Amino acid sequence: MALTLDEVRQVAALARLRLEPDEETRLTADLDHILDAFTRLAALDTTGVEPTAHVDPESAPLRDDAVTNPEAPDALFEGAPARSGRLFRVPRIIE
Amino acid sequence: MLDGYEAVIGLEVHAELLTASKIFCGCSARFGAPPNTNVCPVCLGMPGVLPVLNRRVVEFAIRAGLATGCTIAEHSRFARKNYFYPDLSKGYQISMYEQPLCVGGGLDVVVEGVARRIGLTRIHMEEDTGKNIHDAHAAGSLVDFNRGGVPLLEIVSEPDMRSPAEAGAYLRALRSILQYLEICDGNMEEGSFRCDANCSVRRIGDRTLGTKVEIKNMNSFRNVERAVDFELARQVQALQQGEALHQETRLWDPDRSETRSMRSKESAHDYRYFPEPDLRPLVVDAAWVDAVRAALPELPPARRQRFEAAHGLSAYDADVLTQRKDVADYFEAMVAAGAGAKDAANWITTELLRIVREQKLDDALVIREWPIAPTRLAALARLVEGGTINRNTAKGLLPRLLGTDVDPAALVAAEGLAQVSDRDALDRAVRDVLARHPEQVEQFRSGKEKVLGFLVGQVMKTTGGKANPQVVQQLLRAALSS
Repeated sequence: MALTLDEVRQVAALARLRLEPDEETRLTADLDHILDAFTRLAALDTTGVEPTAHVDPESAPLRDDAVTNPEAPDALFEGAPARSGRLFRVPRIIE
Repeated sequence: MLDGYEAVIGLEVHAELLTASKIFCGCSARFGAPPNTNVCPVCLGMPGVLPVLNRRVVEFAIRAGLATGCTIAEHSRFARKNYFYPDLSKGYQISMYEQPLCVGGGLDVVVEGVARRIGLTRIHMEEDTGKNIHDAHAAGSLVDFNRGGVPLLEIVSEPDMRSPAEAGAYLRALRSILQYLEICDGNMEEGSFRCDANCSVRRIGDRTLGTKVEIKNMNSFRNVERAVDFELARQVQALQQGEALHQETRLWDPDRSETRSMRSKESAHDYRYFPEPDLRPLVVDAAWVDAVRAALPELPPARRQRFEAAHGLSAYDADVLTQRKDVADYFEAMVAAGAGAKDAANWITTELLRIVREQKLDDALVIREWPIAPTRLAALARLVEGGTINRNTAKGLLPRLLGTDVDPAALVAAEGLAQVSDRDALDRAVRDVLARHPEQVEQFRSGKEKVLGFLVGQVMKTTGGKANPQVVQQLLRAALSS
């Protein structure tokens, strides 16, 4: 199945990527190629094979319910592009 | 009511869990801390960090699943729900999708005397998002991530409800269970118990479902019922006028009592769910489930039946007292302190809960502070039962006992409030009243029974309200018929 330009644009929009027209064309071909590889994989007979959600079959390790972190240090906020004291400032959200 | 249409309602509840720490990191999950103090690289979504699951969150989810008759999956796994929003630090929410922890189950509700079972689709664990704060004096918005990563249970019902009242009953029953399990405080106003409603209508007899509309922004039971009610009527009206409904999310506006379109609902695959690679699958073995089951408290339906059977309460009283665990515990503490069951029920339902409401001692119906300890209210009830004071005196004393540790019996003794049951003293008062009201005596003797109430009142007045009304009535009848 060939991937369409529209599908690429929709995925780009979901991923918040702004693509130039030539990038859209190139990525449509690239992604199509990648999906082809998966189509070949999908042709394998996996009847009776457990889906692999994770390579490690062991159960997830669990932690005790305890507050182990100190109050957040200022260093955590130094990388923020915009702040107002300890609050992160973002473009206005319109509900 | 819907003019040949029937309502189809399903509810999605998000319950914040009462754990000490967040779901995937060791930050405090406490509500109300100063902005961005309970955050770390994990819940801020910084590069290279890894989540580690909180054992107690799993335990709480198992508790909720068992209490609602779900099957607990031995193998479940987390998934990423991808979307962009400023309050979502990682650009995805860790949730569960294909293999949730709890499936099936249901709740029994009674609406207008009819019992119905509302099925549950699933219960799963996920993380809460941060909070957007509107900045009043700037073009931007501000984000506080204290709530980001606080553990949530998402509880999804089947589309089994057929009226706003059923939706309200389901929510109340569910919240009551979560409170009993002590895993969620059920505070709708603070947002620790949130509900979205999916509503559609269809012609009665139709098998297929109509177009589904999701309603958000309802922060009380009453608003859920009002919003659903409005939305159903809106949909029926649209269909009758030949308009097509489209799938969307609408916000309830409590001030204008209407729902308004918010945005077209993205279809599920737009979240591009995939298994969370940073967390291994969760394995919950039978031994763990059995241990949680063994530790479950008595749940509201069982407690209601026990209150009726063991304490002889009416179905109504048992229902009122068991809706909340704290109230039911208070009742049992009063009975243990020697109050009669019926009396304790009356004190709680008519006096105590009224004071709680008036003084706003409950935050969204979680009583954080009792106006009087159960042992002391029981002591007051016993003074009435034992005939030391009458009920009116007791009611008058109650406000003076609130917030103090005064012993009711000591107060009664100190102020000479004990009711007068001394027949000689009362006899004098009765003869005195009869002498002063010959007209009423005449009326009574000519068959006007009602006058007796007036005469009892007069005797009560002369004794400063302390007489035993039963004794006064006996003495009056005796004096009038002699």
